[in-house]
Amino acid sequence: MVVKFMIDYFHSVRLTPEKCKGCVNCIKRCPTEAIRVREGRAKITESRCIDCGECIRRCANHAKAAVTDSLEDLKAYKYNIALPAPTLYAQFGIDTPVDVILCGLLSLGFDEVFEVAQGAEISSAAIREYLKSPNIKRPAISLACPAVVRLVQVKFPELLDNLIPVEAPVEFAAQLARDSCSKKLPYAREDIGVWFITPCPAKMTAVKQPLGFEKSDINGTIAISQIYGDLLKAIANIPRDSVCRKATAEGIGWALSGGENAAVKVGNCMIVDEIHNVSEVLEQVALGKLNKVDYIEALACAGGCIGGPLTVENRFVAQHRMRQRLEKMKAEDVARGTKPLEKPPTSSPVCPWRAIEPRPSMRLDQDIFKAMRKVELMEETLKKLPGLDCSSCGSPNCKALAEDIAQGLASETDCVFKLRERVRDLAQEMVDLAEKLPPPLEKESSEGPGK
Amino acid sequence: MKNGGQEIVLEFNLKGADFETAGEASSKIKLVLQQIGVRSDIIRRIAIGSYEAEMNVIIHAYRGKITASISPQQTELLVEDEGPGIADINLAMQEGYSTAPDHIREMGFGAGMGLPNMSRCVDEFSIESVVDTGTKIRMVVRHG
Repeated sequence: MVVKFMIDYFHSVRLTPEKCKGCVNCIKRCPTEAIRVREGRAKITESRCIDCGECIRRCANHAKAAVTDSLEDLKAYKYNIALPAPTLYAQFGIDTPVDVILCGLLSLGFDEVFEVAQGAEISSAAIREYLKSPNIKRPAISLACPAVVRLVQVKFPELLDNLIPVEAPVEFAAQLARDSCSKKLPYAREDIGVWFITPCPAKMTAVKQPLGFEKSDINGTIAISQIYGDLLKAIANIPRDSVCRKATAEGIGWALSGGENAAVKVGNCMIVDEIHNVSEVLEQVALGKLNKVDYIEALACAGGCIGGPLTVENRFVAQHRMRQRLEKMKAEDVARGTKPLEKPPTSSPVCPWRAIEPRPSMRLDQDIFKAMRKVELMEETLKKLPGLDCSSCGSPNCKALAEDIAQGLASETDCVFKLRERVRDLAQEMVDLAEKLPPPLEKESSEGPGK
Repeated sequence: MKNGGQEIVLEFNLKGADFETAGEASSKIKLVLQQIGVRSDIIRRIAIGSYEAEMNVIIHAYRGKITASISPQQTELLVEDEGPGIADINLAMQEGYSTAPDHIREMGFGAGMGLPNMSRCVDEFSIESVVDTGTKIRMVVRHG
Protein backbone atom coordinates (compact mmCIF):
# COMPACT_ATOMS: atom_id res chain seq x y z
CA MET A 1 0.00 0.00 0.00
CA VAL A 2 1.27 3.42 -0.89
CA VAL A 3 0.45 6.25 1.45
CA LYS A 4 0.54 9.63 -0.18
CA PHE A 5 1.42 12.62 1.91
CA MET A 6 1.36 16.18 0.72
CA ILE A 7 4.59 18.12 0.70
CA ASP A 8 3.37 21.61 -0.14
CA TYR A 9 3.67 22.78 3.43
CA PHE A 10 6.51 23.50 5.74
CA HIS A 11 6.04 22.12 9.23
CA SER A 12 8.25 22.43 12.25
CA VAL A 13 6.77 19.38 13.92
CA ARG A 14 8.68 16.34 12.69
CA LEU A 15 9.13 12.70 13.53
CA THR A 16 12.42 11.18 14.60
CA PRO A 17 11.77 7.76 13.02
CA GLU A 18 14.28 5.76 15.09
CA LYS A 19 12.56 6.85 18.31
CA CYS A 20 9.01 6.07 17.16
CA LYS A 21 7.68 2.75 18.42
CA GLY A 22 4.55 2.95 16.34
CA CYS A 23 2.25 3.27 19.34
CA VAL A 24 -1.00 5.14 18.84
CA ASN A 25 -0.82 7.77 21.58
CA CYS A 26 -0.16 10.72 19.28
CA ILE A 27 -2.76 9.83 16.65
CA LYS A 28 -5.55 9.78 19.22
CA ARG A 29 -4.78 13.29 20.48
CA CYS A 30 -4.24 15.06 17.17
CA PRO A 31 -7.03 17.67 16.86
CA THR A 32 -7.14 17.45 13.06
CA GLU A 33 -6.62 13.67 12.82
CA ALA A 34 -3.45 14.34 10.82
CA ILE A 35 -1.41 11.36 11.99
CA ARG A 36 -1.54 7.71 10.93
CA VAL A 37 0.72 4.86 11.98
CA ARG A 38 2.02 3.06 8.92
CA GLU A 39 4.83 0.52 8.71
CA GLY A 40 5.48 0.89 12.40
CA ARG A 41 5.95 4.67 12.33
CA ALA A 42 3.74 7.68 12.86
CA LYS A 43 3.27 9.68 9.70
CA ILE A 44 1.97 13.23 9.63
CA THR A 45 -0.34 14.28 6.81
CA GLU A 46 1.17 17.67 6.09
CA SER A 47 -1.97 19.29 4.72
CA ARG A 48 -3.77 18.72 8.01
CA CYS A 49 -1.00 19.46 10.51
CA ILE A 50 -1.49 22.75 12.35
CA ASP A 51 1.76 22.53 14.36
CA CYS A 52 -0.05 22.70 17.67
CA GLY A 53 2.48 20.37 19.24
CA GLU A 54 -0.03 18.03 20.91
CA CYS A 55 1.89 15.04 19.52
CA ILE A 56 5.15 16.38 20.94
CA ARG A 57 3.51 16.57 24.35
CA ARG A 58 1.91 13.16 24.01
CA CYS A 59 4.90 11.11 22.84
CA ALA A 60 6.52 9.22 25.71
CA ASN A 61 9.43 8.25 23.46
CA HIS A 62 10.17 11.85 22.46
CA ALA A 63 9.93 10.81 18.83
CA LYS A 64 8.09 14.00 17.90
CA ALA A 65 10.14 17.13 17.92
CA ALA A 66 10.04 20.64 16.56
CA VAL A 67 12.72 21.77 14.18
CA THR A 68 14.10 25.06 15.43
CA ASP A 69 17.32 26.95 14.89
CA SER A 70 20.28 26.98 17.26
CA LEU A 71 22.76 29.51 18.62
CA GLU A 72 25.20 28.32 15.94
CA ASP A 73 22.99 29.93 13.31
CA LEU A 74 23.74 33.37 14.74
CA LYS A 75 27.12 33.26 12.97
CA ALA A 76 25.46 33.89 9.62
CA TYR A 77 24.65 37.50 10.64
CA LYS A 78 26.70 40.52 11.65
CA TYR A 79 24.31 41.64 14.36
CA ASN A 80 21.86 39.48 16.28
CA ILE A 81 18.74 40.43 18.18
CA ALA A 82 16.94 38.07 20.55
CA LEU A 83 13.17 38.37 20.84
CA PRO A 84 12.29 36.50 24.04
CA ALA A 85 8.67 35.41 24.47
CA PRO A 86 7.41 36.48 27.90
CA THR A 87 6.96 32.79 28.70
CA LEU A 88 10.75 32.60 29.02
CA TYR A 89 10.57 34.64 32.23
CA ALA A 90 8.42 32.00 33.91
CA GLN A 91 11.02 29.29 33.35
CA PHE A 92 13.08 30.84 36.15
CA GLY A 93 12.27 31.39 39.81
CA ILE A 94 10.98 34.77 40.89
CA ASP A 95 14.28 35.55 42.61
CA THR A 96 15.83 35.82 39.13
CA PRO A 97 14.66 39.22 37.89
CA VAL A 98 13.49 39.60 34.29
CA ASP A 99 16.33 42.07 33.76
CA VAL A 100 18.85 39.38 34.68
CA ILE A 101 17.27 36.86 32.26
CA LEU A 102 17.39 39.42 29.46
CA CYS A 103 21.01 40.33 30.19
CA GLY A 104 21.76 36.60 30.29
CA LEU A 105 20.61 36.34 26.68
CA LEU A 106 23.17 38.99 25.75
CA SER A 107 25.96 36.88 27.16
CA LEU A 108 24.88 33.94 24.94
CA GLY A 109 25.95 35.83 21.85
CA PHE A 110 23.06 38.17 21.10
CA ASP A 111 23.97 41.80 20.56
CA GLU A 112 20.61 43.10 21.60
CA VAL A 113 17.41 41.96 23.27
CA PHE A 114 13.97 43.20 22.26
CA GLU A 115 11.09 41.86 24.30
CA VAL A 116 8.14 40.30 22.48
CA ALA A 117 6.02 41.77 25.29
CA GLN A 118 6.73 45.22 23.80
CA GLY A 119 5.18 43.98 20.57
CA ALA A 120 2.25 42.66 22.63
CA GLU A 121 1.52 46.20 23.78
CA ILE A 122 1.18 47.30 20.16
CA SER A 123 -0.98 44.28 19.28
CA SER A 124 -3.22 45.01 22.27
CA ALA A 125 -3.74 48.63 21.29
CA ALA A 126 -4.33 47.70 17.63
CA ILE A 127 -6.87 44.99 18.52
CA ARG A 128 -8.68 47.44 20.80
CA GLU A 129 -8.92 49.92 17.91
CA TYR A 130 -10.09 47.24 15.47
CA LEU A 131 -12.87 46.08 17.79
CA LYS A 132 -14.32 49.59 17.89
CA SER A 133 -15.47 49.24 14.29
CA PRO A 134 -19.16 48.30 14.06
CA ASN A 135 -18.75 46.59 10.70
CA ILE A 136 -16.58 43.64 11.62
CA LYS A 137 -17.62 39.99 11.72
CA ARG A 138 -18.32 38.99 15.28
CA PRO A 139 -17.13 37.24 17.26
CA ALA A 140 -13.74 38.52 16.16
CA ILE A 141 -11.07 35.90 16.75
CA SER A 142 -7.56 36.79 17.85
CA LEU A 143 -4.73 36.04 15.47
CA ALA A 144 -2.13 35.76 18.22
CA CYS A 145 -1.92 31.97 18.26
CA PRO A 146 -0.69 30.59 14.92
CA ALA A 147 -1.93 27.08 15.69
CA VAL A 148 -5.45 28.46 16.14
CA VAL A 149 -5.17 30.35 12.85
CA ARG A 150 -4.12 27.14 11.13
CA LEU A 151 -6.98 25.27 12.77
CA VAL A 152 -9.35 27.85 11.26
CA GLN A 153 -7.72 27.45 7.84
CA VAL A 154 -7.94 23.67 7.93
CA LYS A 155 -11.16 22.93 9.80
CA PHE A 156 -13.18 26.16 9.91
CA PRO A 157 -12.41 28.04 6.68
CA GLU A 158 -15.85 29.69 6.94
CA LEU A 159 -14.51 31.64 9.94
CA LEU A 160 -11.49 33.21 8.22
CA ASP A 161 -13.30 36.57 8.02
CA ASN A 162 -13.69 36.54 11.78
CA LEU A 163 -9.92 36.64 12.34
CA ILE A 164 -8.64 40.01 13.53
CA PRO A 165 -6.17 41.38 10.96
CA VAL A 166 -3.68 42.53 13.57
CA GLU A 167 -0.22 41.04 13.59
CA ALA A 168 0.94 38.82 16.42
CA PRO A 169 3.17 40.50 19.05
CA VAL A 170 6.34 38.83 17.83
CA GLU A 171 5.89 40.27 14.32
CA PHE A 172 5.57 43.82 15.69
CA ALA A 173 8.58 43.22 17.91
CA ALA A 174 10.66 41.93 15.00
CA GLN A 175 9.78 44.88 12.77
CA LEU A 176 10.54 47.44 15.47
CA ALA A 177 13.78 45.76 16.46
CA ARG A 178 15.08 45.48 12.92
CA ASP A 179 14.00 49.02 12.04
CA SER A 180 15.60 50.68 15.02
CA CYS A 181 18.83 48.73 14.54
CA SER A 182 19.17 49.45 10.86
CA LYS A 183 18.66 53.12 11.65
CA LYS A 184 21.14 53.47 14.48
CA LEU A 185 23.76 50.95 13.35
CA PRO A 186 25.85 50.68 10.19
CA TYR A 187 24.22 47.40 9.13
CA ALA A 188 21.96 46.65 6.22
CA ARG A 189 18.61 45.11 7.21
CA GLU A 190 19.68 41.73 5.84
CA ASP A 191 22.83 41.71 8.01
CA ILE A 192 20.69 41.72 11.12
CA GLY A 193 19.57 38.35 12.49
CA VAL A 194 16.28 38.49 14.41
CA TRP A 195 15.63 35.41 16.57
CA PHE A 196 12.44 34.51 18.36
CA ILE A 197 13.02 32.60 21.61
CA THR A 198 9.86 30.52 21.45
CA PRO A 199 7.73 28.17 23.54
CA CYS A 200 5.87 27.06 20.46
CA PRO A 201 6.43 24.99 17.30
CA ALA A 202 3.60 26.77 15.47
CA LYS A 203 5.54 30.05 15.67
CA MET A 204 8.46 28.32 13.99
CA THR A 205 6.20 27.31 11.14
CA ALA A 206 4.71 30.80 11.03
CA VAL A 207 8.16 32.24 10.49
CA LYS A 208 8.99 29.87 7.64
CA GLN A 209 5.52 30.10 6.16
CA PRO A 210 3.97 33.41 7.24
CA LEU A 211 0.24 33.42 7.87
CA GLY A 212 -0.98 36.77 6.69
CA PHE A 213 2.07 38.80 5.78
CA GLU A 214 4.25 39.02 2.72
CA LYS A 215 7.32 38.08 4.67
CA SER A 216 8.16 37.67 8.32
CA ASP A 217 10.79 39.96 9.81
CA ILE A 218 12.02 37.06 11.92
CA ASN A 219 15.01 35.10 10.62
CA GLY A 220 14.63 32.10 12.85
CA THR A 221 13.30 30.66 16.05
CA ILE A 222 15.10 29.00 18.92
CA ALA A 223 13.18 26.81 21.33
CA ILE A 224 13.17 27.91 24.96
CA SER A 225 13.96 24.30 25.88
CA GLN A 226 17.03 24.38 23.66
CA ILE A 227 18.52 27.56 25.05
CA TYR A 228 17.55 26.96 28.68
CA GLY A 229 20.66 25.11 29.86
CA ASP A 230 23.07 27.69 28.49
CA LEU A 231 20.95 30.54 29.77
CA LEU A 232 20.77 29.04 33.27
CA LYS A 233 24.58 28.94 33.40
CA ALA A 234 24.93 32.45 31.98
CA ILE A 235 22.49 33.95 34.45
CA ALA A 236 24.68 32.96 37.40
CA ASN A 237 27.23 35.58 36.31
CA ILE A 238 24.82 38.45 35.69
CA PRO A 239 24.70 41.22 38.33
CA ARG A 240 21.31 41.22 40.06
CA ASP A 241 20.86 44.97 39.64
CA SER A 242 21.05 44.95 35.82
CA VAL A 243 18.31 46.87 34.05
CA CYS A 244 17.11 45.52 30.71
CA ARG A 245 13.34 45.27 30.91
CA LYS A 246 11.35 47.77 28.86
CA ALA A 247 8.02 45.99 28.46
CA THR A 248 5.16 46.60 30.86
CA ALA A 249 3.51 43.97 33.02
CA GLU A 250 0.52 44.20 30.69
CA GLY A 251 2.53 43.09 27.66
CA ILE A 252 4.26 40.36 29.62
CA GLY A 253 0.89 39.08 30.84
CA TRP A 254 0.16 37.81 27.31
CA ALA A 255 2.06 34.65 28.27
CA LEU A 256 -0.96 33.56 30.31
CA SER A 257 -4.36 32.60 28.98
CA GLY A 258 -6.53 35.69 29.48
CA GLY A 259 -3.51 37.98 29.44
CA GLU A 260 -4.25 39.18 25.95
CA ASN A 261 -7.70 40.35 26.88
CA ALA A 262 -6.46 41.82 30.15
CA ALA A 263 -4.34 44.09 27.95
CA VAL A 264 -6.94 44.66 25.21
CA LYS A 265 -9.63 45.39 27.82
CA VAL A 266 -12.79 44.47 25.96
CA GLY A 267 -15.60 43.55 28.28
CA ASN A 268 -17.45 41.06 26.13
CA CYS A 269 -14.53 38.74 25.52
CA MET A 270 -14.49 34.98 25.72
CA ILE A 271 -11.29 33.17 26.59
CA VAL A 272 -10.63 29.60 25.53
CA ASP A 273 -7.45 27.58 25.74
CA GLU A 274 -6.26 24.08 24.77
CA ILE A 275 -6.67 23.12 21.14
CA HIS A 276 -9.57 20.64 21.54
CA ASN A 277 -11.52 23.20 23.56
CA VAL A 278 -10.75 25.80 20.92
CA SER A 279 -12.07 23.46 18.26
CA GLU A 280 -15.33 22.95 20.17
CA VAL A 281 -15.82 26.69 20.64
CA LEU A 282 -15.11 27.37 16.95
CA GLU A 283 -17.72 24.75 16.08
CA GLN A 284 -20.22 26.81 18.09
CA VAL A 285 -19.13 29.97 16.29
CA ALA A 286 -19.65 28.17 12.98
CA LEU A 287 -23.21 27.29 13.98
CA GLY A 288 -23.89 30.95 14.72
CA LYS A 289 -24.26 30.42 18.47
CA LEU A 290 -21.75 33.03 19.61
CA ASN A 291 -22.76 36.05 17.54
CA LYS A 292 -23.24 38.13 20.65
CA VAL A 293 -19.62 37.74 21.75
CA ASP A 294 -17.35 40.58 20.60
CA TYR A 295 -14.03 38.88 20.71
CA ILE A 296 -12.52 35.48 21.39
CA GLU A 297 -9.03 35.01 22.74
CA ALA A 298 -8.21 31.48 21.65
CA LEU A 299 -4.97 29.73 22.50
CA ALA A 300 -3.86 26.26 21.42
CA CYS A 301 -1.98 25.41 24.60
CA ALA A 302 -3.64 24.75 27.94
CA GLY A 303 -2.91 27.76 30.12
CA GLY A 304 -1.80 29.81 27.12
CA CYS A 305 1.73 30.21 25.71
CA ILE A 306 3.12 29.38 29.11
CA GLY A 307 1.96 25.80 28.48
CA GLY A 308 3.83 25.64 25.17
CA PRO A 309 5.41 22.30 24.24
CA LEU A 310 8.90 23.81 23.92
CA THR A 311 9.06 25.07 27.49
CA VAL A 312 11.00 23.51 30.34
CA GLU A 313 9.03 24.24 33.48
CA ASN A 314 5.80 22.54 34.49
CA ARG A 315 2.88 24.66 33.36
CA PHE A 316 1.36 25.17 36.79
CA VAL A 317 4.68 26.09 38.34
CA ALA A 318 5.28 28.52 35.49
CA GLN A 319 1.79 30.03 35.87
CA HIS A 320 2.32 30.54 39.57
CA ARG A 321 5.67 32.22 38.98
CA MET A 322 4.27 34.40 36.24
CA ARG A 323 1.45 35.65 38.43
CA GLN A 324 3.89 36.48 41.19
CA ARG A 325 6.17 38.24 38.72
CA LEU A 326 3.30 40.25 37.24
CA GLU A 327 2.25 41.54 40.66
CA LYS A 328 5.79 42.65 41.33
CA MET A 329 6.25 44.19 37.91
CA LYS A 330 2.99 46.13 38.12
CA ALA A 331 4.35 47.84 41.22
CA GLU A 332 7.66 48.47 39.44
CA ASP A 333 5.84 49.91 36.42
CA VAL A 334 4.07 52.42 38.66
CA ALA A 335 7.39 53.37 40.29
CA ARG A 336 9.12 53.70 36.90
CA GLY A 337 6.18 55.60 35.46
CA THR A 338 5.85 53.22 32.48
CA LYS A 339 2.40 52.77 31.02
CA PRO A 340 1.12 50.53 28.24
CA LEU A 341 0.17 52.13 24.93
CA GLU A 342 -3.26 53.71 24.70
CA LYS A 343 -3.38 53.68 20.90
CA PRO A 344 -1.34 51.86 18.29
CA PRO A 345 1.52 54.10 17.13
CA THR A 346 0.72 55.47 13.70
CA SER A 347 4.41 55.41 12.87
CA SER A 348 4.73 51.70 13.59
CA PRO A 349 5.86 49.75 10.58
CA VAL A 350 3.09 47.56 9.30
CA CYS A 351 3.66 44.90 6.69
CA PRO A 352 1.12 44.71 3.88
CA TRP A 353 -1.68 42.49 5.08
CA ARG A 354 -2.34 39.48 2.92
CA ALA A 355 -5.55 37.54 3.24
CA ILE A 356 -5.19 34.28 5.11
CA GLU A 357 -6.04 31.51 2.68
CA PRO A 358 -8.35 28.65 3.51
CA ARG A 359 -6.67 25.25 3.58
CA PRO A 360 -9.72 22.99 3.78
CA SER A 361 -8.49 19.47 4.29
CA MET A 362 -11.75 17.70 5.04
CA ARG A 363 -12.67 17.50 1.35
CA LEU A 364 -12.60 13.91 0.10
CA ASP A 365 -12.25 14.59 -3.61
CA GLN A 366 -11.89 17.50 -6.00
CA ASP A 367 -14.80 16.07 -8.01
CA ILE A 368 -18.04 16.59 -6.10
CA PHE A 369 -19.64 13.40 -7.50
CA LYS A 370 -16.66 11.30 -6.47
CA ALA A 371 -16.61 13.03 -3.09
CA MET A 372 -20.29 12.19 -2.60
CA ARG A 373 -19.63 8.54 -3.42
CA LYS A 374 -16.79 8.56 -0.92
CA VAL A 375 -19.05 10.03 1.77
CA GLU A 376 -21.51 7.25 1.10
CA LEU A 377 -18.81 4.58 1.17
CA MET A 378 -17.45 6.05 4.37
CA GLU A 379 -20.84 5.92 6.08
CA GLU A 380 -21.46 2.35 4.95
CA THR A 381 -18.03 1.24 6.11
CA LEU A 382 -18.42 2.97 9.44
CA LYS A 383 -21.56 0.93 10.15
CA LYS A 384 -19.55 -2.27 9.72
CA LEU A 385 -16.66 -1.25 11.98
CA PRO A 386 -16.80 -2.12 15.68
CA GLY A 387 -16.85 1.51 16.91
CA LEU A 388 -14.32 0.85 19.66
CA ASP A 389 -11.92 3.53 18.39
CA CYS A 390 -8.98 1.39 19.49
CA SER A 391 -6.61 2.82 16.85
CA SER A 392 -4.93 -0.58 16.33
CA CYS A 393 -5.44 -0.08 12.60
CA GLY A 394 -3.18 2.98 12.70
CA SER A 395 -6.03 5.44 12.17
CA PRO A 396 -7.17 7.53 15.15
CA ASN A 397 -10.70 6.10 15.32
CA CYS A 398 -13.21 4.01 13.37
CA LYS A 399 -14.53 7.07 11.56
CA ALA A 400 -11.04 7.99 10.38
CA LEU A 401 -10.44 4.40 9.24
CA ALA A 402 -13.69 4.52 7.29
CA GLU A 403 -12.42 7.71 5.66
CA ASP A 404 -9.03 6.13 4.90
CA ILE A 405 -10.79 3.13 3.35
CA ALA A 406 -13.00 5.43 1.23
CA GLN A 407 -9.83 7.19 0.10
CA GLY A 408 -8.20 3.87 -0.82
CA LEU A 409 -5.52 4.36 1.82
CA ALA A 410 -6.54 1.47 4.04
CA SER A 411 -8.57 -1.73 3.87
CA GLU A 412 -11.26 -3.19 6.06
CA THR A 413 -8.99 -5.98 7.29
CA ASP A 414 -6.67 -3.34 8.81
CA CYS A 415 -9.23 -3.51 11.61
CA VAL A 416 -8.18 -6.36 13.93
CA PHE A 417 -11.80 -7.18 14.66
CA LYS A 418 -12.74 -7.36 11.00
CA LEU A 419 -9.61 -9.42 10.38
CA ARG A 420 -10.62 -11.84 13.13
CA GLU A 421 -14.08 -12.12 11.60
CA ARG A 422 -12.55 -12.93 8.24
CA VAL A 423 -10.19 -15.52 9.76
CA ARG A 424 -13.12 -17.09 11.61
CA ASP A 425 -15.18 -17.25 8.42
CA LEU A 426 -12.26 -18.77 6.54
CA ALA A 427 -11.66 -21.31 9.31
CA GLN A 428 -15.33 -22.25 9.21
CA GLU A 429 -15.12 -22.69 5.47
CA MET A 430 -12.07 -24.94 5.89
CA VAL A 431 -13.90 -27.09 8.40
CA ASP A 432 -16.86 -27.34 6.04
CA LEU A 433 -14.58 -28.29 3.18
CA ALA A 434 -12.67 -30.83 5.29
CA GLU A 435 -15.92 -32.65 5.98
CA LYS A 436 -16.65 -33.02 2.31
CA LEU A 437 -15.88 -36.35 0.64
CA PRO A 438 -15.50 -37.29 -3.00
CA PRO A 439 -18.79 -38.72 -4.36
CA PRO A 440 -17.70 -42.46 -4.32
CA LEU A 441 -17.01 -42.22 -0.57
CA GLU A 442 -20.09 -40.28 0.34
CA LYS A 443 -22.36 -42.24 2.57
CA GLU A 444 -25.95 -42.54 1.58
CA SER A 445 -28.07 -40.51 3.84
CA SER A 446 -31.16 -42.14 5.26
CA GLU A 447 -33.36 -39.66 3.52
CA GLY A 448 -31.26 -39.60 0.39
CA PRO A 449 -32.54 -39.32 -3.11
CA GLY A 450 -34.87 -42.17 -3.78
CA LYS A 451 -33.70 -45.00 -5.94
CA MET B 1 -27.87 7.62 4.49
CA LYS B 2 -29.53 7.02 1.18
CA ASN B 3 -28.20 7.83 -2.19
CA GLY B 4 -30.23 8.27 -5.28
CA GLY B 5 -27.10 8.40 -7.36
CA GLN B 6 -26.53 12.11 -7.13
CA GLU B 7 -27.94 12.92 -3.76
CA ILE B 8 -26.92 12.28 -0.19
CA VAL B 9 -29.81 12.13 2.24
CA LEU B 10 -29.07 12.53 5.93
CA GLU B 11 -31.81 11.94 8.47
CA PHE B 12 -31.73 12.81 12.14
CA ASN B 13 -34.39 12.16 14.72
CA LEU B 14 -34.72 14.86 17.36
CA LYS B 15 -36.26 14.73 20.78
CA GLY B 16 -37.81 17.71 22.52
CA ALA B 17 -35.78 19.05 25.48
CA ASP B 18 -32.80 16.85 24.59
CA PHE B 19 -30.18 19.56 24.97
CA GLU B 20 -27.37 17.07 25.37
CA THR B 21 -27.30 16.14 21.70
CA ALA B 22 -28.41 19.56 20.46
CA GLY B 23 -26.35 20.69 17.50
CA GLU B 24 -25.05 17.24 16.58
CA ALA B 25 -27.25 16.96 13.51
CA SER B 26 -26.13 20.36 12.22
CA SER B 27 -22.47 19.56 12.90
CA LYS B 28 -22.80 16.33 10.95
CA ILE B 29 -24.50 18.06 8.01
CA LYS B 30 -21.73 20.67 8.05
CA LEU B 31 -19.04 17.97 8.01
CA VAL B 32 -20.55 16.17 5.02
CA LEU B 33 -20.75 19.47 3.14
CA GLN B 34 -17.06 20.06 3.90
CA GLN B 35 -16.22 16.55 2.75
CA ILE B 36 -17.85 17.02 -0.61
CA GLY B 37 -16.19 20.41 -1.04
CA VAL B 38 -19.07 22.90 -0.87
CA ARG B 39 -17.81 26.51 -0.54
CA SER B 40 -17.25 27.50 3.06
CA ASP B 41 -19.45 30.63 3.07
CA ILE B 42 -22.33 28.51 1.77
CA ILE B 43 -21.69 25.83 4.37
CA ARG B 44 -21.90 28.52 7.01
CA ARG B 45 -25.38 29.57 5.87
CA ILE B 46 -26.62 25.99 5.75
CA ALA B 47 -25.15 25.25 9.17
CA ILE B 48 -26.79 28.29 10.74
CA GLY B 49 -30.17 27.53 9.18
CA SER B 50 -29.99 23.93 10.23
CA TYR B 51 -28.85 24.73 13.76
CA GLU B 52 -31.61 27.27 14.36
CA ALA B 53 -34.21 24.78 13.13
CA GLU B 54 -32.71 21.97 15.18
CA MET B 55 -32.81 24.12 18.32
CA ASN B 56 -36.41 25.15 17.63
CA VAL B 57 -37.48 21.51 17.64
CA ILE B 58 -35.57 20.81 20.84
CA ILE B 59 -36.89 23.92 22.59
CA HIS B 60 -40.52 23.85 21.49
CA ALA B 61 -41.55 20.45 20.12
CA TYR B 62 -42.00 16.92 21.49
CA ARG B 63 -40.11 15.22 18.72
CA GLY B 64 -39.04 15.92 15.19
CA LYS B 65 -36.86 15.05 12.27
CA ILE B 66 -34.32 16.87 10.12
CA THR B 67 -33.77 15.59 6.62
CA ALA B 68 -30.90 17.09 4.68
CA SER B 69 -30.90 16.27 0.97
CA ILE B 70 -27.55 17.24 -0.45
CA SER B 71 -26.98 17.33 -4.18
CA PRO B 72 -24.04 18.91 -6.02
CA GLN B 73 -26.25 21.94 -6.78
CA GLN B 74 -28.06 22.56 -3.51
CA THR B 75 -28.91 21.48 0.00
CA GLU B 76 -32.51 21.12 1.06
CA LEU B 77 -33.36 21.00 4.74
CA LEU B 78 -36.72 19.65 5.76
CA VAL B 79 -37.53 20.02 9.43
CA GLU B 80 -40.76 18.47 10.66
CA ASP B 81 -41.91 18.31 14.23
CA GLU B 82 -44.76 17.14 16.39
CA GLY B 83 -45.43 19.92 18.84
CA PRO B 84 -47.55 22.86 19.86
CA GLY B 85 -47.28 24.52 16.45
CA ILE B 86 -47.21 28.26 15.84
CA ALA B 87 -50.44 30.23 16.18
CA ASP B 88 -49.34 33.35 14.32
CA ILE B 89 -46.51 32.73 11.88
CA ASN B 90 -46.21 36.38 10.87
CA LEU B 91 -45.66 37.31 14.48
CA ALA B 92 -43.14 34.51 14.93
CA MET B 93 -41.21 35.75 11.92
CA GLN B 94 -40.62 39.10 13.65
CA GLU B 95 -37.24 39.59 15.24
CA GLY B 96 -37.36 39.40 19.00
CA TYR B 97 -40.76 37.70 19.21
CA SER B 98 -40.47 34.58 21.29
CA THR B 99 -42.73 32.15 23.08
CA ALA B 100 -39.83 30.41 24.80
CA PRO B 101 -40.35 30.08 28.56
CA ASP B 102 -37.98 31.75 31.03
CA HIS B 103 -35.94 28.63 31.83
CA ILE B 104 -35.06 28.31 28.13
CA ARG B 105 -34.15 31.97 27.86
CA GLU B 106 -31.91 31.61 30.89
CA MET B 107 -29.95 29.03 28.92
CA GLY B 108 -29.32 31.64 26.26
CA PHE B 109 -31.89 30.30 23.80
CA GLY B 110 -35.27 31.55 22.68
CA ALA B 111 -34.27 35.13 21.91
CA GLY B 112 -36.86 35.30 19.16
CA MET B 113 -34.26 35.27 16.41
CA GLY B 114 -34.64 31.68 15.22
CA LEU B 115 -37.12 32.01 12.36
CA PRO B 116 -35.86 35.42 11.15
CA ASN B 117 -32.28 34.09 11.20
CA MET B 118 -33.26 31.01 9.23
CA SER B 119 -35.15 32.89 6.56
CA ARG B 120 -32.30 35.40 6.24
CA CYS B 121 -29.52 32.88 5.60
CA VAL B 122 -31.23 30.56 3.10
CA ASP B 123 -32.31 31.01 -0.53
CA GLU B 124 -35.77 29.48 -0.16
CA PHE B 125 -37.81 29.34 3.02
CA SER B 126 -41.29 28.07 3.67
CA ILE B 127 -43.12 27.26 6.85
CA GLU B 128 -46.38 25.51 7.62
CA SER B 129 -47.77 25.05 11.07
CA VAL B 130 -50.86 23.61 12.67
CA VAL B 131 -51.57 24.49 16.29
CA ASP B 132 -51.39 21.45 18.61
CA THR B 133 -50.05 19.31 15.76
CA GLY B 134 -46.69 20.55 14.59
CA THR B 135 -44.55 22.63 12.29
CA LYS B 136 -42.90 21.93 8.99
CA ILE B 137 -40.06 24.08 7.64
CA ARG B 138 -38.38 23.72 4.27
CA MET B 139 -35.18 25.56 3.47
CA VAL B 140 -33.01 25.46 0.36
CA VAL B 141 -29.52 26.83 -0.04
CA ARG B 142 -28.02 26.75 -3.52
CA HIS B 143 -24.34 25.88 -3.73
CA GLY B 144 -23.49 28.07 -6.69
